[in-house]
Amino acid sequence: MNLDPAAAAPTRVERAWQVLATVLDPEVPAVSVRDLGIVRDVIEPRLGDETSSVEGEPASLEIVLTPTYSGCPATEVIEHDVLAAVVAAGLGPAHVTLRRAPAWTTDWISDEGRAKLLAYGIAPPGPAAPDVAVPMRFFPRKTQAVALACPRCGSTNTERLAAFGSTACKAIWRCIACKEPFEHFKPI
Amino acid sequence: MTASIQLQRAPEVQYLLRLGDTCLILAQRLGEWCGHAPVLEEDIALTNVALDLIGQSRALLTRAGELEGRGHDEDQLAFLRDERDYFNVTLVELPGGPKSGGDFASTVLRNLFVATWAKLLWDRLHTSSDAEVAAIAGKALKEVRYHQQHAADWVVRLADGTVESRERIDAALAALWIYTAELFESDAVDAQAQASGLGPRWADLREPWLAEIGAVFGEAGLSIPKDSAFRSTGTRGVHSEHMGFILSDMQHLQRSYPGGVW
Repeated sequence: MNLDPAAAAPTRVERAWQVLATVLDPEVPAVSVRDLGIVRDVIEPRLGDETSSVEGEPASLEIVLTPTYSGCPATEVIEHDVLAAVVAAGLGPAHVTLRRAPAWTTDWISDEGRAKLLAYGIAPPGPAAPDVAVPMRFFPRKTQAVALACPRCGSTNTERLAAFGSTACKAIWRCIACKEPFEHFKPI
Repeated sequence: MTASIQLQRAPEVQYLLRLGDTCLILAQRLGEWCGHAPVLEEDIALTNVALDLIGQSRALLTRAGELEGRGHDEDQLAFLRDERDYFNVTLVELPGGPKSGGDFASTVLRNLFVATWAKLLWDRLHTSSDAEVAAIAGKALKEVRYHQQHAADWVVRLADGTVESRERIDAALAALWIYTAELFESDAVDAQAQASGLGPRWADLREPWLAEIGAVFGEAGLSIPKDSAFRSTGTRGVHSEHMGFILSDMQHLQRSYPGGVW
């Protein structure tokens, strides 16, 4: 974002960032694509950029997204929703580019996003393991390193039921204190 | 019927398709469990793993098509090749689903073998001289760790479980082990990949793979079987009798309704 202190009105890029804060993830509609850290960059085309073919129309705004999981079926829906929102706000034309590297990590989820996940009933992820060899631990042996707090009652007397959940990004847990199952956004 | 595409078998294309097709065919096999796994959580787990594998395969097939330079996209490569132009390891073709004579024990044991191997391979591809392959690997590596952990948990539970679960895991090990040798076969294709920096020789993955499998087997009370002289040949395009049936399932829609989309 290039901030010009003299300019009072927000730039096209700043307005696009504001709009992106309203585009919700289709599978976890409590958080926006910005909260999740999926939007990596918004790039104003340079002067003389030829990405617009229609005379008199501004050049295309580039929105850089990074996929969460290789096979996440929401990726294409997100692309579509992001473009629709930006164009509806009068900031078009725009196009989406995918950036695979560096790979998306749950560490990019904002603090606000984590708070929203918790309020929605999904335990937010802890820090992702560094990209080094991770020792394998065997369930159901009691080797869970960090106790996960129940998003409903806050108890840490919880256990994992399944490593995979209703979407690629979540696992299924249950709270032994309040007896409720809950989902956990897996650190990756 | 749509005619098959003719593949340009350049070594770098074959190298990427060996991994991409292995992901693709294993995903197809895991998809057979959808609606049939012993419990709902495992139904979801196996199809989640399959979804990750399809995503990885899509990225690799797209990149292989770009390197091939004939304009073939991921869909053409997935659905319009003849059997001999698929280069997956034979291990992933073997029956695994409830309707093809496999069982849950053979499914999780195969997943452990493949995920452990894929993790080691993706880890090395993360530093590939091909920037796109390196980027795909960075993502896949995070996913495959979950696959490996899931499979390892189940191998331990089944081996250290009831009399029946132990019998099943023993039978799965006896049936699958001889096919694991192909995961470490090296030839001119991966020699060139190593020389160009695209990726490692598969033979170099064998020692770290045996160490990781040995650790899981130690926990499970299983022993690594003796080596066999048998070598399967899927990575050279020569497949088992099961492959044609898988492809007829997979390709049916695109062959019957060319270019059909959702």
